[in-house]
Amino acid sequence: MSASDTPKRSMRTPLGRVRNLGAAHSGTSDFWRQRITAVAMTLLMIPGLVIIMMLLGRNQVYAAQTLSSIPVAVILLLFIFASAWHMKIGMQVVIEDYVHNEKLKLTAVMLNNFFSIAVALASTYAILKLSSGV
Amino acid sequence: MQVYRWTLTMALSIVHRATGIALYVGTLLLVWWLVAAASGPAAYAHVQAFAGSIIGRLIVFGYTWALMHHMLSGIRHFVWDLGYGFKANEREALTWGALIGGIALTVLVWIIAYAIGGGR
Repeated sequence: MSASDTPKRSMRTPLGRVRNLGAAHSGTSDFWRQRITAVAMTLLMIPGLVIIMMLLGRNQVYAAQTLSSIPVAVILLLFIFASAWHMKIGMQVVIEDYVHNEKLKLTAVMLNNFFSIAVALASTYAILKLSSGV
Repeated sequence: MQVYRWTLTMALSIVHRATGIALYVGTLLLVWWLVAAASGPAAYAHVQAFAGSIIGRLIVFGYTWALMHHMLSGIRHFVWDLGYGFKANEREALTWGALIGGIALTVLVWIIAYAIGGGR
């Protein structure tokens, strides 16, 4: 359905109507965060690829040195933070769409949270360790 | 599922999910790489040996494509979120754009990677 098919045309888009709604006035927060993190990762894609290209074929000493530089570390931390959040929301949508057994669904959602947080923390720890040089 | 005639847009909607799931699992590679870099030369050499192997290269190539495709397909969804591109020809164009663009970007990234990394 396109907007022009609607007989009474409102200036408000469907998205505009549901924003800030829901039982806790936060029903679309995951939807919104999914978009924020997506845009963030799209913007970080070129710097991220440049970092990967810089490290191709280099040894650990060079990699550790590069990864500990402030701009590189910050770009990677931002990317990791955005991707962990994005994938947590995305996987939850997939689980909620396909897993209909309540217990299984809750277990899967919980494991999804664990996995996403573990990915984020392990990566963050590694970068901070490199940055602090210990 | 059997009721609707399959369209490219429908198929690509599934591909968006599938690439998303692949990227989800693939973050383990990213974690492995970063943790290895923080652990030391021996651990890092393992990652490099794996990434340089045929299977490793195939996985990383697939990961590159999944990332590029998911990004362009996501931008397509973003255009729709903003309320544009819903006409039949526009939908098709956006979907083809994501499909071809994803492959093209993947090949481009790998050409650059080989041009840079090959000399090291």
